[in-house]
Amino acid sequence: MKRAGFTTVWLPVALLLPQLMIIAIFFYWPAAWAVQSSFYLQDPFGFGSTFVGVENYTDLMTNSEYGKVARFTLIYTVLVTFFSLALALLLAVKADKVIRGAKSYRTLLMWVYAIAPPVAGFLGLMFFDQRNGPLTEMFQFFGWEFRLGADFNSTATAMVIVAVWKQIPVNFIFFLSGLQSIPKAVREAALIDNRSATGRFWDVTFPLLAPTAFFLLIINITYALFDTFGIVDTLVRSEPGNNPVTLVYKVFVDGFRGNDLGGSSAQSVILMILVLVLTVFQFRLIERRIHYT
Amino acid sequence: MAQVTLDRVRKTYPNGHDAVHPCSVEIPDGELVVLVGPSGCGKSTLLRMIAGLEDITDGALSIGTEVVNDRDPADRNIAMVFQNYALYPHMSVAKNMGYGLKNRGASKSEIEAKVQEAARILNLGDYLDRRPSQLSGGQRQRVAMGRAIVRDPELFLFDEPLSNLDAKLRNQMRIEIRALQQRLGVTSVYVTHDQVEAMTMADRIIVLNEGRVEQIGTPTEIYEHPASTFVAGFMGAPPMNLMLAQIANGGLMLGGDTRLPFAAPAVATDTVLVGFRPEDVRLGGDGATMLQVEIIEELGAHRLLHGKLGDQAFSLSVGKDEAAALGPQPITLPQDRIHFFHPERGTRI
Repeated sequence: MKRAGFTTVWLPVALLLPQLMIIAIFFYWPAAWAVQSSFYLQDPFGFGSTFVGVENYTDLMTNSEYGKVARFTLIYTVLVTFFSLALALLLAVKADKVIRGAKSYRTLLMWVYAIAPPVAGFLGLMFFDQRNGPLTEMFQFFGWEFRLGADFNSTATAMVIVAVWKQIPVNFIFFLSGLQSIPKAVREAALIDNRSATGRFWDVTFPLLAPTAFFLLIINITYALFDTFGIVDTLVRSEPGNNPVTLVYKVFVDGFRGNDLGGSSAQSVILMILVLVLTVFQFRLIERRIHYT
Repeated sequence: MAQVTLDRVRKTYPNGHDAVHPCSVEIPDGELVVLVGPSGCGKSTLLRMIAGLEDITDGALSIGTEVVNDRDPADRNIAMVFQNYALYPHMSVAKNMGYGLKNRGASKSEIEAKVQEAARILNLGDYLDRRPSQLSGGQRQRVAMGRAIVRDPELFLFDEPLSNLDAKLRNQMRIEIRALQQRLGVTSVYVTHDQVEAMTMADRIIVLNEGRVEQIGTPTEIYEHPASTFVAGFMGAPPMNLMLAQIANGGLMLGGDTRLPFAAPAVATDTVLVGFRPEDVRLGGDGATMLQVEIIEELGAHRLLHGKLGDQAFSLSVGKDEAAALGPQPITLPQDRIHFFHPERGTRI
C-alpha cells in the first residue's frame, strides 16, 4: 500500500483534531470524571464532596439491592441474547429458502431495525396495556394475570419480549448474509451426503455460520446490557419501585433520582470495565477467528 | 453398478425457459459418458437432474431398474465431483471423505478403512488431518474424488471437475480419473465443455446444443461422422472446414470459379455444405485445387495453414517436416474424407 506523505506535522494534526476533540469531550472527559467522582461522596444538595476512597465500591459489593439488579441483568442478558439470536437464525434460515418474493419478504423482516428503542418500548406499552393490550389479553387467556409496571415478572417478560423483537432484524441481516455466502456447491455436496435436513444444518451450515454467530453474540450481549435503556425506561414508566431494572438503568436512577453521584459513578466504572473486557474478548476472538477459505 | 436411463427427460424453468428438451439416453453399466457442449447447452442441468439437485419437469429417470425422479439426492446412491470441489471447509480431509458414510450409519472402523483405502489410491495419506484450505488445487481435486469413491456409489457424476486446474495438472488428472473409473468400473456421467477431455475420456459422447441432443456416439463415430454442422464445428481443433457450394450440372462450384473435383450428392437443394477436416487434406497434388495460403501458424508438432479456397475460408494441418509456403499451393482433397451437410438444417447428408 502506498502511504501518503505530509510535509508538515501540523496538517495531519489539524485534520485529526475535530475527531479527537469529540472523543475527548464526549468520552474521555466524562469517563475520567466518573472515575474521579466514584472515589467521593457527594453532598445531596451539591455543597461539596468528601473523599471516601473505595467505599463506594465496597458499598456496592455488599449492597443486596445491587446484587439483585446484577442478577436480573445477567438473566435478562442471557434471555435476550439467546432468543434474539435463535429466532433471527430461524427466520434467516427460512427466508434463505424463499425463492418467490424473496426481496420484499426480507425487507419486511428488516423493517423493525429502523424503530428507535423508546418507540419500541412505547409500542410494547400498547401491546401490554392493562385494559386492552392484545398480549395482555393473550396471557390472561392462558390464566396469567399480566400487570405491566406493577408486577415484577410481568414487566420482566415485557422487557425481554420488546428487546428481543427490536434486536431480531439486526441479527437476521447478518445471519442471512452469512447464509448466502456459503457456497451453493458445498450445500449441494451436503445434500448428496446427508438425507436429513437437520443433520445438514448442524454439520455443515451452522459451522460455516460460526464466525458470524460469534460476532453477533458479542454484539447482542452489549446490546442487552447497555442499549436497552430506552426500552427499560419506557416500560417501567420511570417508576423503578417494584419493577426490574438493568445495571445501566440503575446508574441513571441512583445518580439522577437518588442524587448519589458517587455510588452511581462507581457503578458506571464497573460497567466500563465490563465493556473493556467484552471488547478485548471480541478482538481476541476476531483475531483468532477461523478463516475457512 | 447400474445403468442409467433417461426417458424423455425434460427441464423447463418456472420462467418458461426450456433448458433441456425431451431427451432419451441410455447409459450402459460401467461406461463413462461425457456430456459436452458450449456453455448454456443444458449439460450441467441434465447432470444436476440425474443428481437430484434439480427437479425433472417431465419424463422418467432410472438408475438401475428403479425410477428415481422423486428420490432425494442422498437416496440415489450417487457421488458427485463438483467444479470448485465443494469440500467442507471446516472438516479435515478424512472427515470430508467420511461424512457421507457416517450419515449412512457406517461404523467408525469401516469409515476409517475406506478413507485409508481411498487416501492410498489417491496419494492423500499425508494430508488426512489437514483442512481443505491447506491444500493445493490438485490435492483438493483428489479429496473431492476420494469423497466420491469412499461412498462406493452406483453412479459417479462429474461436473467439469478439471476446469479449475492448470493445463498440466488437467492432463494428468484426466488420465488418473479415467484409469480410476475403469478400475472401479462405476458408471459415470462427466460434464465438460472441453472437447479434448470428451474425446480422450469417453466411452460414449453426448453432444448437446441449446438443450437438444445433437449426437450420441463413440468418440470415433462423433469425429468421423458428425451428425450435424454443429458437431462438426464443435469437435476437433481447428474445426472442420465447411464450405457452401453451388450445385451446377452435378458438380460443386465455390465462388471465384473454383470447382471441387467431386460429384454433388443427390439433394433437392441447389446448394450444399461441403466439409473437410483440416488434417484430412494434403498439400501437393495435380494443381486442380489451389489453396491461397495467407497465414501459417506454427504449433510445434504440426503447422496450420489458413487461407482461401475459392472465396471461402479454409484451413489445413500439415506435419512439422512438410514444407509450407504462403501463396497459391496445390492441395488434395481425399474423396473418402468428404462430409456433406444440408445447407439450412445443417444435418448430415
